[in-house]
Amino acid sequence: MSHIVNMILKRIALGILTLFVVSLIIFLATELLPGNFAQEILGQSATPETVAALRRQLGLDQPMHVRYAIWLTDVLRGDFGESLANGMAVSELIGRRLGNTLYLALYAAAIAVPLSLALGILAALLRNSFFDRFANASALTSISFPEFFVAYILIFLLAGAGGAFPSMANFRGDPSFGEFLYRAFLPALTLTLVVTAHMMRMTRAAIINLLASPYIEMAHLKGMNPMRVIVKHALPNALAPIINVIALNLAYLITGVVVVEVVFVYPGLGQLMVDSVAARDMPVVQGVALVFAAAYVFLNLAADVLATLSNPRLVHGR
Amino acid sequence: MPDTDDILLSMKDLCIEGRTDEEWLDIVKGVDLELRKGEVLGLIGESGAGKSTIGLAAMGFARDGCRISGGEITFDGIDMRKAGEATKRRLRGRRIAYVAQSAAASFNPAHKLIDQYSEGPVKHGVMSRDEAESDATDLYRRMQLPDPDSIGFRFPHQVSGGQLQRAMTAMAMACRPDLIIFDEPTTALDVTTQIEVLAAIRDIVEQFDTAALYITHDLAVVAQMADRIKVLLKGEEVEESDTRSMLANPTQDYTKSLWAVRTHARLEQPPVGEGRPVLSIRNVTAGYGSVDVLKDVSFDIHPRRTVAVVGESGSGKSTTARVITGLLPPRRGEVLFNGEALPPDFRRRSRDQLRQAQMIYQMADTALNPKLKIRELVGRPAQMYLGLRGKALEERIRELLSLIEMDPDDYIDRLPSELSGGQKQRIGIARALAAEPQFIICDEVTSALDQLVAEGILKLLDRLQGEFDLAFMFITHDLATVKAIADEVVVMKDGVVVEKGPKSEMFQPPHDPYTELLLSSVPEMDPDWLTGLLKARATAADG
Repeated sequence: MSHIVNMILKRIALGILTLFVVSLIIFLATELLPGNFAQEILGQSATPETVAALRRQLGLDQPMHVRYAIWLTDVLRGDFGESLANGMAVSELIGRRLGNTLYLALYAAAIAVPLSLALGILAALLRNSFFDRFANASALTSISFPEFFVAYILIFLLAGAGGAFPSMANFRGDPSFGEFLYRAFLPALTLTLVVTAHMMRMTRAAIINLLASPYIEMAHLKGMNPMRVIVKHALPNALAPIINVIALNLAYLITGVVVVEVVFVYPGLGQLMVDSVAARDMPVVQGVALVFAAAYVFLNLAADVLATLSNPRLVHGR
Repeated sequence: MPDTDDILLSMKDLCIEGRTDEEWLDIVKGVDLELRKGEVLGLIGESGAGKSTIGLAAMGFARDGCRISGGEITFDGIDMRKAGEATKRRLRGRRIAYVAQSAAASFNPAHKLIDQYSEGPVKHGVMSRDEAESDATDLYRRMQLPDPDSIGFRFPHQVSGGQLQRAMTAMAMACRPDLIIFDEPTTALDVTTQIEVLAAIRDIVEQFDTAALYITHDLAVVAQMADRIKVLLKGEEVEESDTRSMLANPTQDYTKSLWAVRTHARLEQPPVGEGRPVLSIRNVTAGYGSVDVLKDVSFDIHPRRTVAVVGESGSGKSTTARVITGLLPPRRGEVLFNGEALPPDFRRRSRDQLRQAQMIYQMADTALNPKLKIRELVGRPAQMYLGLRGKALEERIRELLSLIEMDPDDYIDRLPSELSGGQKQRIGIARALAAEPQFIICDEVTSALDQLVAEGILKLLDRLQGEFDLAFMFITHDLATVKAIADEVVVMKDGVVVEKGPKSEMFQPPHDPYTELLLSSVPEMDPDWLTGLLKARATAADG
């Protein structure tokens, strides 16, 4: 076991290093964005003196590396600074939106992960059957359309005239759990359709890849039924690639859903990011980007650890 | 003699087809077979004889790409060709069990041994999980596995190959089947391990009076195990009779040729007195990580001589080859070539030094680039080391192909996938010769081949050695091969040279104890050999 703990510690250290590099890149990238926040706020008619005064007040006149050092030390203390646009603490802004984003991601994942595992297992079991081809074709179709298109189709079918679900997911305050499930159903379904194909096809491929193994033949020759052969004998050995694909898709559900959020007017992190870029609100942009990066690093770390734990050869030494 | 009511398994005119590209080819062409309760029938033949396919057909099973196309298979009155999948599933594991060639590959790496043991009896409703576990412990004990109480709770990768093979036999016994198919159960094992597994299998089959089909290509092994032997060739029966009369007087030419394979032996060249060795390994210690795999290994190889390096898996034979070729620089010691020290790392060796020592590998399949034609495979070294171009290169390739007895016009533009195993190994030899070396390392070059094909390869190497003054280092675990080809023998164990000397001395007593164990473990074509050996060893252990 000790080498597993060792590996996890190593990966965490590497994750922190990655985050540090990412913070540097984010900071440099926001520096490269054209435009000037003080000018943006004060408008075209502002005199150069007032613009300079505002820049000094916001600390924008300091050299780049000084501002990076200040920003980084603040971030390490949990202080992401204040929004340039409305003076609210960035951590508070992000906190509220992050909750929304995580809820939606969990909602979609709770449908998509079991669904794609089940479909993948069934497709492997009934490979080359009508079901297999149909599942593959529909999964590929749904992934091939742009997300906004899938979203509008669902709105048309399920929220239009006589539809049962709301097309707008913008709730205020604290909705009840049932209310949330109801209001966020269409965005969650859209995301499910987008991520299922990938996970399902990987589950199917990883299992089929193993079906020629001698131990699978052995399971058949022990008289086990085909479902048990797949679930009990093939699946445990196919977990590593499946876990990795699930992690990548979960990361996508957190960081890549801007378009879906915009279509359904869902108050998530993606929207906050887009709005802040438009307003040159750099502290918010930097904060959100860092949260996205952390989500990626964490999910990949979790996937690596789980994939390792799924392999007895790595968990139990000789 | 039991009467016909005792017949457990019968096959009549069994035909099985296999798919290649768009065609169905016959693999088994009308084989008849009868097996009585409690009887062991040996199926013997070379690869492609259809032995395993027949074994699986007894369970009503055909691998992907194969189909049972004709004939009858009857197991205890049940027509296995007409039986539905559910019926067959109830028989498999419960009344007919299977023991595969490689236990390491046939145990599921994700589950503990005892879970895999219990699966059959529990799912077939023969025992509860607790009963299955205590039964497993009992069988592990009877199979003489170490720590029978706890070994089941290990994963397959935590158990050695010989132990896994015994655990698999125990697993096959779990439901006390009427019939077990043993498909080359000891082929992947070292000789000393093979003996233990053979003895364990024979004991348990006798204890439970189980019938068995014992599939193997090794005559001496089948002679120990079977009551009757059936010889197969390319999907057809050659002959069948009880073991003793089959060994004493085989009637068919093919069977006689199988019997004769082990008789090839070249005359031992006299030891070289003072001459300078081509290759000299001096006090080499080498290893991976912090582990020394080789410990103070020294031996010489003289021009025109073949030195066989013998040992079981893990003895350091292949590591020695890696040190000589510079793939693994030694920690201590050196390798001299014609008296001159070779740089330890191959990257620091000159092109000429690299040219002088070539290798031929065990798995010709993986040692030849499947995307290159024979012309490129053989031509590359001639081009790279000797600078041959154009017409000269073409002529050289043709000459090399003629040397290995393959028609240049026919083969020069083929891909490796179009060749048989023996032909691929010949290409491997041509590739080594193309560099015009003085010294060739042959790493288990015949162990993946059938006996008759292996024989041809050994004869070819013998002839080439005479024509080109080559020195061979012949790595093998097979003492029959040593007898056939070696002038001198080096016996290795756990990275140490335990004995070395001319072949004649090596096969004459007195031996080093380990050499003695190796020699006595090679199965002989005498049906009483195993019984006699086990008795002798037991007496020695008591005394």
